[in-house]
Amino acid sequence: MSQRVFALLVAFVALVTLPYWMTGVYYVNVASQILFYAIFALGLNVLAGYGGLVSLGHAGLFGVTAYATGYILQLGFGHTFSIIAALIIGLVAMAIYAVLSLRSTGIGFIMITLALGEILWGLAYRWISLTGGDNGLSLKTRPEPFGFSLADANTFYYATLVVFLLSLAAMTIFVRSPLGAALMGTRDQPRRMNALGYHVWATRFYACMFSGLLTAVSAVLFVYYTQFISPQTLALTSSAEVLLMVISGGAGTLLGPIVGSALVVVVKTVVSGFIERWNFLLGAIFVAIVILMPEGLVPGSTRLWRMAWRKRKPRAGTVTGGAEAKS
Amino acid sequence: MSALTVTNLCKAFGGLRVTTNVNLNVEPGERRLIIGPNGAGKTTLFNLITGDLTPDSGSIELLGQDITNVPSRRRAHLGMARTYQIITLFGRDTIIHNVRLALLGLSPARWNPLIDFRRQGHFTEHARAALDRVGLGHIANRPLSQTSYGERRRVEIAMALTQNPKVLLLDEPFAGLSIDERRDVHQLLLAIPRDVTIVMIEHNMDVALEFAERITLLHFGEVIVEGNRAEVVADPRTREVYLGH
Repeated sequence: MSQRVFALLVAFVALVTLPYWMTGVYYVNVASQILFYAIFALGLNVLAGYGGLVSLGHAGLFGVTAYATGYILQLGFGHTFSIIAALIIGLVAMAIYAVLSLRSTGIGFIMITLALGEILWGLAYRWISLTGGDNGLSLKTRPEPFGFSLADANTFYYATLVVFLLSLAAMTIFVRSPLGAALMGTRDQPRRMNALGYHVWATRFYACMFSGLLTAVSAVLFVYYTQFISPQTLALTSSAEVLLMVISGGAGTLLGPIVGSALVVVVKTVVSGFIERWNFLLGAIFVAIVILMPEGLVPGSTRLWRMAWRKRKPRAGTVTGGAEAKS
Repeated sequence: MSALTVTNLCKAFGGLRVTTNVNLNVEPGERRLIIGPNGAGKTTLFNLITGDLTPDSGSIELLGQDITNVPSRRRAHLGMARTYQIITLFGRDTIIHNVRLALLGLSPARWNPLIDFRRQGHFTEHARAALDRVGLGHIANRPLSQTSYGERRRVEIAMALTQNPKVLLLDEPFAGLSIDERRDVHQLLLAIPRDVTIVMIEHNMDVALEFAERITLLHFGEVIVEGNRAEVVADPRTREVYLGH
């Protein structure tokens, strides 16, 4: 346990001091991207990992908040108002989404969320008076909370880091809470949960709303980061990408989506500068993960670490391997 | 007032009538056994009573209250608990977490997203007490994946008992158990106080007959014979459809 605390502490210090040891604005920006995509992946993980509800339409929800931020800003409102209004719009979209898609689970849920995501993508693409169509929407400025201008890459990074840490804390609390336990129960034995007195649908609905909140928060960071939003962001490939972050890192784990986000963003932005066929590389990495650690990078490496640890310090009769829950 | 009353209950899956005009009246504190050959509709009857299935017609009353249209999750809050013939537990978690989930299901805290569930002492205490009752207290923190079939059966019973039900439905609690385990579970069921009404489906006649006061024989979804132990065993129809010659 203390090993784990130590590792988390090192990671925390590394994140806080990152602009000092990471040379170049470019890499600080990559770190910001990793963090807000990690929030997005955390949000999807609430459903895909802990709720057993795989959504293939989260990019649509992400896009709703991003577009709402851009559009309200264009109307001439301030940053604070735009952000709050966009978050509310994102949550309302999530609520509608949830009511429609929670009629089903499993493949049905995937197909409904996929369809809803595609509808939102189509709207972004075609409703030109609102979204600007293919040209997208541009944001002229970034906000300046408490006098810190987020136009600066380092400041933006720190703002993202704060939001990220808050999101991670919220996620940790949720997962350990009774509602979190109930959600995992509905994932594993929905019928039993119903017989035990739980409202399975409502439990899932609240999980959707929490997932939607994290998605919306990450979308606001995203749209301020790129200062641009176009239908591309809502495409099915974006939904799939976030889902891959969750699955590759480890669905149903706290840290998995963060590792997954780092993996995808680094390959997409940094490695793609060196390797032209970075998509191929990403695909190969996913195949390797699926073959070598199907439970995801975080639980998989933990397992390997424990195995290595046990080999170094052989103790008599402590064969407890396989106790970990496989996702 | 009866603990459980089923009146003219009917259910059909397409053209297959699985429950036909079933009437059942279980008194408070009674031990009722439901028997019948495979496919007689015993588990279906349980699923109708718990609300997992919706009847086509007829009514169900729990402690005098009509619950025919009450969703099954509410029935748990009204005092109904069940165990499953096919063990239905949370396999990724520990034994005690399974029981804690059963307790949480009836608590308003189940909606709370802010507190730490593991640190809620009263859930843990009650869960441990329930596990002590079924003789699993010493392995409470063991992952369910490392337990035996017989232990899981007892976890099922602990989860049901910890909800303090007024009516307890046991679907083949002895299925798949060894002779020793069967004896343990039997002792366990005998120790349940009389303020709990028990309806049990069971094939294992040695233990079940000893346990029950009244027996209902189902065949093709219909109640064929009902009565006390001696009456049902002596009835020629029981011999014909069930016990054999």
